Amino acid sequence: MKNFSGKVLFLDRSDINTDEIIPAKYLTEITKEALTPYLLEDLSLPSFNNKEDIKDKVVIVTRENFGCGSSREHAPWALEVNGINVVIAENFARIFRQNMYNCGMMAIELSNEKIAHLFDTYAGKNTSITIDIENDKIIVSSEGASEEIDFKVGEFDKTLVLEGGWVGYADKKY
Amino acid sequence: MGKTLAEKIFDAHRVDMPFPDTHVLKLDRVFCHEITTPIAITDLMARGMDRVFDPTKIKAVIDHVTPAKDSKTAEQGKILRDWAKRHNIKDFFDVGKNGVCHAIFPEKGFVRPGFTVIMGDSHTCTHGAFGAFAAGVGTTDLEVGILKGVCAFHFPKTIKIVLNGEMKPGVYAKDVILFIIKELTVNGATNMVIEFTGPVVDAMSMESRMTLCNMAIEAGGTSGVCYPDMTTVEYLWDFIKDEFSSKEEALKEYSKWKSDDDAVYEKVCEYDITALEPMVTFGSKPDQVKTVKEMTGTKVDQIYIGSCTNGRIEDLREAASVLKGNKISEDVRGIVSPATPAIYSQALKEGIIEIFQDAGFCVTNPTCGACLGMSNGVLANGEVCASTTNRNFNGRMGKGGMVHLMSPATAAATALEGKIVNSNLYKS
Repeated sequence: MKNFSGKVLFLDRSDINTDEIIPAKYLTEITKEALTPYLLEDLSLPSFNNKEDIKDKVVIVTRENFGCGSSREHAPWALEVNGINVVIAENFARIFRQNMYNCGMMAIELSNEKIAHLFDTYAGKNTSITIDIENDKIIVSSEGASEEIDFKVGEFDKTLVLEGGWVGYADKKY
Repeated sequence: MGKTLAEKIFDAHRVDMPFPDTHVLKLDRVFCHEITTPIAITDLMARGMDRVFDPTKIKAVIDHVTPAKDSKTAEQGKILRDWAKRHNIKDFFDVGKNGVCHAIFPEKGFVRPGFTVIMGDSHTCTHGAFGAFAAGVGTTDLEVGILKGVCAFHFPKTIKIVLNGEMKPGVYAKDVILFIIKELTVNGATNMVIEFTGPVVDAMSMESRMTLCNMAIEAGGTSGVCYPDMTTVEYLWDFIKDEFSSKEEALKEYSKWKSDDDAVYEKVCEYDITALEPMVTFGSKPDQVKTVKEMTGTKVDQIYIGSCTNGRIEDLREAASVLKGNKISEDVRGIVSPATPAIYSQALKEGIIEIFQDAGFCVTNPTCGACLGMSNGVLANGEVCASTTNRNFNGRMGKGGMVHLMSPATAAATALEGKIVNSNLYKS
């Protein structure tokens, strides 16, 4: 299982698309590692610096419709090679969400209220999140305080995370 | 309780339901191109599982960057080419025979009503125009599709769009779909199928229906779909005439692939489009749509006519009817990319290529290149493109570039003026 515990990157915008996560000009790379320097290179978000802000992060917290647009699995891969294995959002584009779980990564959906709470309480602070997949809990800690937030993950998605992705599971089963 | 078309296709293809709302479907087609497939191939090789479930159901094309522009894209093409040869995938379209995937695969008759189709490309929803369930997927789903011929989906609810009235001159399928995306928003159909129905769709060619279904993903939709009818049968006839004794018999068979009258929808949206005007996007999301009238006078640097949305013969005819006898503005560059070699040949025969060249357009080979800023027409920082493609994302056609999506006719008129303008001004 991948690492689901670490520092949080807050991206305060909806509809962050796949071309912003990884521009098409880098899709000519044929290894995942080659995508490392280009993650979020074209993100349209004031004061965001893709060289500095991504460093050491494991979790992204964002708003609605993250990963809309292209089917490119290069988007989750670009996150993965930078150590980011979890995205928490109000909702996701279907293909991006499935790609995350297919890679054994997590795309967690929370209500509008819970996402707003995370932004209001923690954005701008040094915040860490741990995903407790056994108990469906997000543990948020920041500046000495911590809280737990419940989330739901489907059985299929959970199985993909525990099995490390769809290829191994499908090969055994079909 | 009745069923939707998507539900009927799911029922006919379900091989397993390992978990609640997890439907593993048997695939009729797995389409491949050289950008998203090579990593699936190399991963299968690394796992010692370099196999394909059925070489006759897998179709492959080099289309995104072709001919190769550098060593990396040459390598991607080579991986796909070698793999197709190794596994005896006969329907592989290489340089000289290749076209934009969502134009060439339908043209070859590979998609039939009731089929399940996946491809590592978000615009796979295009093929729903034939009454198929066609979904874009990532490389891992593609990899499992290649290996096992299955793909897992959550059950998609359906939004039914009913289009009444008729399209007035200067208004095309592209204007209709831009209007619908504006209404639904970029997230409005996520995890859902969009059904396009009503008299306007009934009167549309397969090309126009493909334009509608192509952009279902821009509202988040899993697949667009149209019901098969005699137009579908006519389009496919050369490929199916040995299977049926008559077109009527084919129609009878295909007619089962439509939703029941009492099917349950997420929602039904009914529009009379008689008053609809030509539409164009502003901003960097496909639901940011205004009328051409509101955007008239917006300066552009480049015009691009092509892509899986609007690079088919009907699109080139519409653009040529505006361009005929005119020259494009001195201030702009025009690029046209017929979406397949057959479309290119047909356009040559009809004198359309000559019209484009006389007007000052550059005619390129069939490729996806410019649409996603990979080749054949990349924008410079600060430049603006009037484009018949499907995405106006920030930097999509080149870093710092701006894209306005529109119909081929509007794009052609915009080329003449150097500014966004209604195509009716140039029609005799």
